[in-house]
Amino acid sequence: MANNINDLTADFPVLDQQVNGERLAYLDNAATAQKPKQVVDTLVHFYEHDNANVHRGVHTLAERATAEYEEARKKVQHFINAADNKEIIFTKGCTDGLNLVASTYGEQNIHEGDEIVISIMEHHSNLIPWQQLAIKKHAVLKYIELTPEGTLDMDDAKKKITDKTKIVAVAHASNVLGVVNPIKELAKLAHEHGAVFVGDGAQSVPHMPVDVQDLDVDFYAFSGHKMMGPTGIGVLYGKADLLRQMPPYQYGGEMISSVHRDRTEFADIPFKFEAGTQSIAGAIALGTAVDYLEKVGMENVVAKEQELVDYVLPKLEALPYVTVYGPQDPKKHTGVIAFNMDNLHPHDVATALDAEGVAVRAGHHCAQPLMEALGVSATSRASFYFYNTKEDADQLIKAIKATKEFFNGGTI
Amino acid sequence: MGLSKLNGLYREVILDHANHPHNKHDIPDATSKMTVHNPTCGDTINVSVDVEDNRIKNIGYTGSGCTISQASASMMTEAVKGKTVDEALNMAKTFSDMAIGKQHPQEDLDQLGDAQILTSIMEFPARIKCATISWWALQRALLKKDDEEEEQ
Repeated sequence: MANNINDLTADFPVLDQQVNGERLAYLDNAATAQKPKQVVDTLVHFYEHDNANVHRGVHTLAERATAEYEEARKKVQHFINAADNKEIIFTKGCTDGLNLVASTYGEQNIHEGDEIVISIMEHHSNLIPWQQLAIKKHAVLKYIELTPEGTLDMDDAKKKITDKTKIVAVAHASNVLGVVNPIKELAKLAHEHGAVFVGDGAQSVPHMPVDVQDLDVDFYAFSGHKMMGPTGIGVLYGKADLLRQMPPYQYGGEMISSVHRDRTEFADIPFKFEAGTQSIAGAIALGTAVDYLEKVGMENVVAKEQELVDYVLPKLEALPYVTVYGPQDPKKHTGVIAFNMDNLHPHDVATALDAEGVAVRAGHHCAQPLMEALGVSATSRASFYFYNTKEDADQLIKAIKATKEFFNGGTI
Repeated sequence: MGLSKLNGLYREVILDHANHPHNKHDIPDATSKMTVHNPTCGDTINVSVDVEDNRIKNIGYTGSGCTISQASASMMTEAVKGKTVDEALNMAKTFSDMAIGKQHPQEDLDQLGDAQILTSIMEFPARIKCATISWWALQRALLKKDDEEEEQ
């Protein structure tokens, strides 16, 4: 691994290229992170040397693949400090994990008149599963609103979470507002009212130390690809006693202990929730991504991203035609920076920035109710990761200025 | 390269249509209306078209969106006003085909008027939907049977 956190290009060949004749500044990390070559090498090595299905064969390759797959589970367990590796379920991604909880725990425990509390800043993947469950069960879906500053309104949370609440599901970090939510406090509130707490860790696990036992969350889902792992692999953490009481999510191979003509005994956790052949290479390569992050050190990831935010946010806010959403104070803002330029549609902005080599996201960021609450139809979003540099930040600012000039103050 | 790459996409005539859109209004008593959403950006376009004797007597649109979608809607309304329904549907097909890189004879393109400029959108695959959404709305409005709403 490259030793200097300020120059990791040797590990990320994809970053070392030109797009549209300009140096690439990849600032779409909230959508997906780039993969270090160690992760890519793991995938190649697995397919070239160890490929076999897991937990099924007695031959050597099957044993190797199984050992590597289970080793990856332990790496993830330690990374988020879960009490037991059985509490780590491999999924397709964060969305899959949240849907798993809604359609098993939710299906089992939500009844007519019960309340599910989420926040207005949720990504659709932590919104629609609960909304649809509420519709199906004639339950009530409640939203925790925002403070004027763009943070989660904890006074409102205290009002919305009641003794009727059965599930509270909130993102640990927002994919739009760049805020970290006090989920430890929310989990405590939920527990005081007899509810469980589901954390969406898609935007937090890649960027900060996460300790699920300290947070005392009941479920916590995240994606591999946003933390430099492959796509198609994710993790659902759940407390063992809850997971054991839940019905299976899908039926099929690997999730059984014995099958008869008229009944099936299901396997213990985590296998009860891993029906069919999983993304084996994906899980193993996710383990390599975890190794990489641990070598960098999550405290260094936090420090580097804070340094970049401290550097770029004031520069953005100083541009009179730019509006930044969420807290304006860099100390309260993560590397996810949603913004708009006066009189310019974010799609035009993103096309223009791309022409200058800067990759950002434009759109509603799968958070349409939040867009409505902010009074916009869409925003642009630059999102940083620890491998980004001040040069990337400078390129963003320069490209925004050039965009302003190109459209000459004005179009829609 | 850089932003100069965009000169083709944001030609003066396109910016002019975006900044000063033509026919950007609702027609309350139109014979047909259609709302289309672009789920990738959350934009919405409403097209109202008044057809008399199989000819587009009047057409208007409302909604918000990027430069490309607004300019395209403006150009579309100019291009099809006064055309027969079949002519307008053919134009919509020509435009959609051009946007995905299918070739059409020059006389088809000439029919499109200013709008043919936007067929350069095929150089920018991520923006094709922005340009085609108003033509799609027109097509749906002309073909629809009842008060259906269509998502793109």
